[in-house]
Amino acid sequence: MKRRDFLKALGIGLTGIAFRPLLGKAQIFGRREEGESPEFMGILVDTTRCIGCRACEAACAESHGLPVPDIEDTSVFNTRRKPTTQQLTVVNRFETEKGEVFVKTQCMHCNQPACVTACLVKAFKKQGYGHVTWDKNCMGCRFCMYVCPFDIPKFEYEKAIPEMKKCDLCWDRFKKGMIPACVEACPQEALIFGKRRDLLHEAKTRIYKDPDRYYPHIYGENEVGGTSYMYLSKVPFEQIGFRTDLGNTPYSKYEKIFIDVVDLIFILWPVTMWSMYELTKKEGSNE
Amino acid sequence: MNERKNLIKFILSELKPKGPIFTPFNVITAPIILIGLIIIILRFLKGLGAVTNLSQEFPWGLWIAFDVMTGIPWAGGAFCMVFLVYVMHFDKYKPIVRAAVLSGLLAYSFYAGALILDLGRWWNALNPFIGNKFGFQSVLWLIAFHFLLYTICAFLEFAPIIAEWLSLETIRKLLHSIRIPVVILGVTLSTLHQSGIGALTLMAKGKIHPLWWSEFTPILFFLQSIFGGMSMLIFEGSISHRVFSYRIPEEVHEKHHSILIGLARGCAGALFAYLALKFSVFIHVHGWEYIISKMGGWYLVEVIGFGLIPLIMLVSAVRQENIGVIRIAAFLIMLGILITRFNYVFIAYKWYLPLSERYYPSWMEIWTTATIVLTEIWILRWIINRMPVYVIEKEE
Repeated sequence: MKRRDFLKALGIGLTGIAFRPLLGKAQIFGRREEGESPEFMGILVDTTRCIGCRACEAACAESHGLPVPDIEDTSVFNTRRKPTTQQLTVVNRFETEKGEVFVKTQCMHCNQPACVTACLVKAFKKQGYGHVTWDKNCMGCRFCMYVCPFDIPKFEYEKAIPEMKKCDLCWDRFKKGMIPACVEACPQEALIFGKRRDLLHEAKTRIYKDPDRYYPHIYGENEVGGTSYMYLSKVPFEQIGFRTDLGNTPYSKYEKIFIDVVDLIFILWPVTMWSMYELTKKEGSNE
Repeated sequence: MNERKNLIKFILSELKPKGPIFTPFNVITAPIILIGLIIIILRFLKGLGAVTNLSQEFPWGLWIAFDVMTGIPWAGGAFCMVFLVYVMHFDKYKPIVRAAVLSGLLAYSFYAGALILDLGRWWNALNPFIGNKFGFQSVLWLIAFHFLLYTICAFLEFAPIIAEWLSLETIRKLLHSIRIPVVILGVTLSTLHQSGIGALTLMAKGKIHPLWWSEFTPILFFLQSIFGGMSMLIFEGSISHRVFSYRIPEEVHEKHHSILIGLARGCAGALFAYLALKFSVFIHVHGWEYIISKMGGWYLVEVIGFGLIPLIMLVSAVRQENIGVIRIAAFLIMLGILITRFNYVFIAYKWYLPLSERYYPSWMEIWTTATIVLTEIWILRWIINRMPVYVIEKEE
């Protein structure tokens, strides 16, 4: 190998390294931003207390400027509903072995959200206080919808200028020092807002004090690496519409397997190929 | 000055159509493309909901599944051929390397370009590149960036041919001198984004049927891009050798037979590796527990019908030098890749939903896809009829 060629090969390798941060190194995996370390907030939903009044649905719609649903109408409980672009939270009724149970559904605000990892323009962001929020620099690729384990982000397909809609844990209200609208509206204190750590204490205390009332599991404590929304129930969670097969691994970890190899390939491939090129060069060729 | 005038005159004369205008192909495809353009305008004016069947349950449909997920591995022949010819010095494939680069370049420009239709907030399409919020942690960011960079690489690989066509000798020499680094960068980018498309599916765990979801999907997708690209070269090469025979010199034509046999061998090797890995994944996930079901049957159709059977066809056809069978096998393999990619996007994805909630493409989505493919063929034909694509390059 001539000196010139060696330098060329070295140059390619170094370019690879220089490009490294540009070409896909995982800097943040849903972790909190450097410099700020407030605690994650959250909401504890005690489904044993919920009476299905849907006051949370109305309050949510009102505070987000969406059409307010008629909460007197109980016929909505006849079908299983999912959040929509117009309703960021919905309450469903489930018939279980211990009678009917009402369950509020909305974004779970994962500790390490798949949507945040998926987003290529950082439109989805995990705020320092745990809120998973959406911003208008979104390009509408809908990768977040493809990966979200809870199927939460909803896209306005019918609009020419669409937005991504989902619960933001009342981020705007939080910045003004207010608690989330749904929590404020709940007449039963089925919803409580607080530091995620305190909520876990509270949930565990409730289970410990009243083992007959509660099924001994807090949904969201560990699911997909933990979520800010956590649930208590009197029956096993699969009876009230929860997926219990998601595992406790944060979803961003599944992608990390690949992202970690990117650097390796970017450094090994060019250098290996250059030496293959040199090795297979024909004699007498001055190419 | 005179030279520049001549150049402009030459370009203007080349812009004019060559040959008859009212051929059956033109008469059929032109109206399809025109209606397709109307659908595209409708999509931008009325939003995605007006033309697609996409839903909250199925955020990705035909446009992602075909244009990106299928079109990109089908275009894998470009990086395989430049690797063999320019890096590994396999002169055998020199006659088709230019055609392979051209179809790769067009596929990336058109299929990745068609992505803009699928972006709900398309005016933000440049955010990953020039915005201040790079989502480094996202596989999709990596793919977006690699698409852009690879398209530039493919253009630089093809640019010497444009320079030759315009007789711009200095530019051609300059482009030629940077060819090897460009090729090496291009192959590296291809490795990463071809497998990266597979990595997109990793975070959809729990939503993709366990027979398909696997940590090995990126490697499987990369292997698919190798044998898929070669199948495309066999398929496309067979057609263009008939359609463009008047543009193909005798020395290139002579070698076509042995090139096809060589491609078929390479294709069989990569396909074998793919099936072996697929089998080991099947064992890892205890695939037999799912195999007696609708999805299990569909899995067998994909892996055996469009994997194992074409492999057997290729192996026997290579021995008998039976080009006809090789062509059929190549076609089946391409179809198999299409089925795999559709599975990851909307068939094995959320397999648990009832039929009434499932996604199937609307006629307008299919029509738009046809428009993109046909427009690409028009451009391909325009270029092949003008530029020296089917030429055996001389050593320099």
